[in-house]
Amino acid sequence: MSLSPDDVKRIARLARIETSDAEAQATQAQLNTIFDLIATMQAVDTRGIAPMAHAQEVFQRLRDDAVTETDRHAAFQAVAPAVENGLYLVPKVIE
Amino acid sequence: MSDARLSALAAQLAARQVSSRELAQQYLDRIAALNPTINAFITVDADKTLREAAAADALIAAGKAGPLTGVPIAHKDIFCTDGWLTTCGSKMLHNFVAPYDAHVIQRFKAAGMPSLGKTNMDEFAMGSSNETSHFGPVKNPWNPAYVPGGSSGGAAACVAARMAPAATGTDTGGSIRQPAALCGITGLKPTYGLVSRYGMIAFASSLDQAGPMAPSAEDCALLLNVMTGFDPRDSTSLERDKEDYTRDLDQPLAGLRVGLPREFFAEGLNNEVAAAVETAVAELKKLGATTVEISLANSKLAIPVYYVLAPAEASSNLSRFDGVRYGYRAPDYASLDDMYCKTRAQGFGAEVKRRILIGAYVLSHGYYDAYYLQAQKIRRLIADDFNEAFKTCDVILGPTAPGTAFKLGEKSDDPVEMYLNDLYTIPANLAGLPGMSLPCGFDAKGLPIGLQLVGDYFSEAKMLNVAHQYQAVTDWHMRLPPQGEASGVRSKE
Repeated sequence: MSLSPDDVKRIARLARIETSDAEAQATQAQLNTIFDLIATMQAVDTRGIAPMAHAQEVFQRLRDDAVTETDRHAAFQAVAPAVENGLYLVPKVIE
Repeated sequence: MSDARLSALAAQLAARQVSSRELAQQYLDRIAALNPTINAFITVDADKTLREAAAADALIAAGKAGPLTGVPIAHKDIFCTDGWLTTCGSKMLHNFVAPYDAHVIQRFKAAGMPSLGKTNMDEFAMGSSNETSHFGPVKNPWNPAYVPGGSSGGAAACVAARMAPAATGTDTGGSIRQPAALCGITGLKPTYGLVSRYGMIAFASSLDQAGPMAPSAEDCALLLNVMTGFDPRDSTSLERDKEDYTRDLDQPLAGLRVGLPREFFAEGLNNEVAAAVETAVAELKKLGATTVEISLANSKLAIPVYYVLAPAEASSNLSRFDGVRYGYRAPDYASLDDMYCKTRAQGFGAEVKRRILIGAYVLSHGYYDAYYLQAQKIRRLIADDFNEAFKTCDVILGPTAPGTAFKLGEKSDDPVEMYLNDLYTIPANLAGLPGMSLPCGFDAKGLPIGLQLVGDYFSEAKMLNVAHQYQAVTDWHMRLPPQGEASGVRSKE
């Protein structure tokens, strides 16, 4: 399996990372060496093996439907790039 | 250099031979002297440290001290720390002052341990050399031309150079153990789920685990007593009875069965590392241990499996960095989408972007089964190998890393070459097992060699026992790098 520069640009688009043609070229070569390494997995027969998502069999705990958090929006928004009247500011999305 | 074991420092504090403020000031002085060379710290704030130390002194004076109250510690810059810059080694968070404490930070604060600052690390913990940090590489105290390992490179280097008596680290694929090995200190990655991940900036959530880094196993046991414990804010935190990890330190090793995985002593292992590890095995045999050869046949697949699963989880975890709620935002953009794309292009470094792209690809339509699902299935095979091995041995022993520290820049252009550093450490993360690294010698260049112990689930006390008994008859963990002797931290006698 080998990625083309267009593949790289498509994935970068999915990941919302702006990538120039030159960067896609350079990244393509490195990603392909990594995918060559990853490809060694394909030879393993894993029929009948249950996928392991987690080290421990843990399940989501339930808690009482009660408010446990205090309102700290001022502290949390103090670290945001742009805020006004308690709202995060972003470029207009609806004309 | 006086005795800087945590137990000794705590005893001096309790006996009022030194105050927490004096102790903290000595370490701050040493940081000021050495950090310009080593670059182990991203943030140092002496006023904050001394205020925390004064509060610890008040606890001691009031008779409310715990076992480590007043002993300072350095925290990896991956832990959110209320009021402290918390960067995760990234431009993306270069201006992020955390508005709350991670669980681990809360635990150390509650124990009365002042913070000496935030340690340097590979960006978002992605790296094995500390060269991917936005704040510049950390230098190995044993030779500043060499890397300290990563991603907890700042933590390992500051402990090795005695700029801190202990440090916190995190380990997703070896990020505590490999830098501990390369810097000649002791580091432990606990069983997955023992230490809460709340407030620890996520890389690969099913693998990330925080742990202690310090000169000795005894130090790590004391720190683990502070760090572990159930936390409902982490959905994978385990509800278990509190353990005292120091309880078995002095147990004899007679009858201990040490498993030697033949795959960990095969090609790719540096001869000097192999010789040092074999000498350590002989030392354990003198203490009454027996050895048994075991096989971890699927461990050779750990790196490809890891480089599917960890990037997949990272691509999801790192989607939160979009320039809206915290951290970096690109200065110029034409639309919301453009703002996301430029912010992430400018805010993330090359290695982080590579891993996000790998993750986005293996999770994308048409590739999920071939990559992600296949990796999860092999993950189970790797875990099953360990389960089988622990039927015939009590602890598994091998090298921590295939070689000693390498030169800055030597592997930074070849991701795959860099990834191979974690060959022996990744399997324990995939299985969720505890692992630790401890010093076992030096190569001809004078660089430290680490040996790794991997234990069964929840067998930290047993591993610490083995490590402590080994350290009782060896002094590798007491050796100091050249700068270590120069202006040693002294406490009043």
